[in-house]
Amino acid sequence: MREVYVAGIGITSFTRLEYPLVEIAAYPGLMALRDSGLKKVDHIYVANMGGGRVNGQTGLASAVVDHLSLTPAGAETIENGPASGASAIKQGFMAVASGMHDVVMVIGAERMREVNQLEATDFVATLTHPLAEYIYGVTLPSLAGMFARLYMEKYGVTSRHLAMVAVKNHYNAMDNFYAHLHEEITLEGILDSPEASTNNPYVADPLRFYDMCPVSDGGACLILASVEVMKKINKPMIRLAGIGQATDTHAVHERKDPTDLLAVREAAKQSFAMAGVKPEDVDVAELHDAFTILEIAESEEVGFFKKGEGHIALEKGETKIGGKIPINPSGGLKAKGHPVGATGVGQAHEIVLQLRGEAKKRQVKNAKIGFTCNFGGFGNNVVCLTFIKEK
Amino acid sequence: MSIDLEKILRPVDMVLPEFPAKYMTLSNGQEMVVRQVNRDEIPDILPHVEKLMHVERDYYHIVAARVYAELLAYYTHRVQDEYVLVAQVNGEIVAVVNGRIVNPDIGMSFHTLSMRRGLRVGAHAFAAKMEYHMDILKQKEVLIVAESPIGFRRWMIEYKLEKRFHIPHELGGCPSWSLTKELFDRARNTLVVGRRPVPEKLLAKAHTAILPPTDPPKAPEDLLAATRSMLDNTGTSLIDMRRKLGGL
Repeated sequence: MREVYVAGIGITSFTRLEYPLVEIAAYPGLMALRDSGLKKVDHIYVANMGGGRVNGQTGLASAVVDHLSLTPAGAETIENGPASGASAIKQGFMAVASGMHDVVMVIGAERMREVNQLEATDFVATLTHPLAEYIYGVTLPSLAGMFARLYMEKYGVTSRHLAMVAVKNHYNAMDNFYAHLHEEITLEGILDSPEASTNNPYVADPLRFYDMCPVSDGGACLILASVEVMKKINKPMIRLAGIGQATDTHAVHERKDPTDLLAVREAAKQSFAMAGVKPEDVDVAELHDAFTILEIAESEEVGFFKKGEGHIALEKGETKIGGKIPINPSGGLKAKGHPVGATGVGQAHEIVLQLRGEAKKRQVKNAKIGFTCNFGGFGNNVVCLTFIKEK
Repeated sequence: MSIDLEKILRPVDMVLPEFPAKYMTLSNGQEMVVRQVNRDEIPDILPHVEKLMHVERDYYHIVAARVYAELLAYYTHRVQDEYVLVAQVNGEIVAVVNGRIVNPDIGMSFHTLSMRRGLRVGAHAFAAKMEYHMDILKQKEVLIVAESPIGFRRWMIEYKLEKRFHIPHELGGCPSWSLTKELFDRARNTLVVGRRPVPEKLLAKAHTAILPPTDPPKAPEDLLAATRSMLDNTGTSLIDMRRKLGGL
């Protein structure tokens, strides 16, 4: 396999965007072209989950490649639920690593705010088991609520720990221009004050409003290239060094222990092994915190902390910027936003910024190895990526 | 002669009981005071409302224009039995809510204009307004309409308002919705919050000056984005973007 590098990156704000889905996808593509200095690509992969259902837009990649005047480059749309973004990066990696292509553009894009929150929640819920979950009204927040309850009972995680994740990630997002929520919150405001239960009502007990990610529109792009191409452009050498992907049962209740996110564990293990690094080598990580409990659980499953000790590390401030392993310096899905198909690419975008040293106020010092965990379904399809900065 | 004409033009207001100021902690930990303002404070509020008339986002433009007119009407005695509440954080104005008394039993909610997005600032201010109608004025119902989807979500859905579609609302003759005393009582423990009395220093700060909002709502970067998306399927907008980005 050839080695694969990130030649260019681009992103839109993750927020409500009043652009058609095609433009949301195309804009970060333009930004990434400008960033890389490249003018054409061999192939485009576009990650998207809801274009057909929410926006009435199918064949998104075909529309985007033409919109960018990049024809006759090949183009394919990748749909793998909320893990679509990292899945598309994996496809792009394989295309370059195999020698089939030299330059591949990977875009993630979603326009969820075209519908109201109820419809958006329902659309995301279509990834659950159709007969065992969806028909009974199961949504992702409800699954996360049940997961959180089990986690609390088993490991001693409390509502305060969940709120601490939210406070940290909102704080990080304050320094991210592209984040959806530029709104600092405090434990007093969302947990301790007499008004806290109104400010932060229960959505799916024990999860509250501020335990949930927002519904976002947005797009992000990575241009992947071979080492030969990188020699021609003057960009930092950020190598996509490891990829892991694993699945778990579709219906959550079929798992032996629902608090074990086996797909996360396996995908991370594969990614680290391929990159030749260990969890403790990672300098900065973007984990899929669609719900606050997931940041804690994933931080354990990927190997940053022992099982059941993620919340203790959080208490000690180890996951803050400046801590032992900063998690979600971008604000994470919790505050940066979660345009489902774009999320995995957005996570990679942040890691590349961090490894380049271009993350400004939220920069993790001397970051050389970065990691992302893109969590599809309710943990039934997970893709993990490891990036290494080379000299 | 002119004095007589003014008497004819000027409605005679009822003497309304005062809304007792209250305060609450927002999600960001700041304390927000909600209090009633009198006519003499309206000129201090108008400039902050005026700026939002130019924000073409989430119907801020029309809501701000109407609030401006309603405040001016209140100031110049051209509306009957209106009241105005403001929400302030560190003296900074973050929301204006207003309404009117139709008769002893029925209130007419005019507007909720949040000058700081998020943190339930507008929702808390709206709840205070309803509290004024129900608990202070002892009314049976308040007629409400929403001009934005956010308003619809906050009022019609969160309070589960009843339809009164046969009653045209004073805002544009739109079909009315109603918050009854029963609905308000149901929402009381979850949506209506605040503490009294307001600590002296906090209240004094609010009374000292109505400061401008530091983070008011802003128009999206591309005002025509929504229109363009409807009209332009030719890629012209992308060409324009390319130009802005340096001619890729």
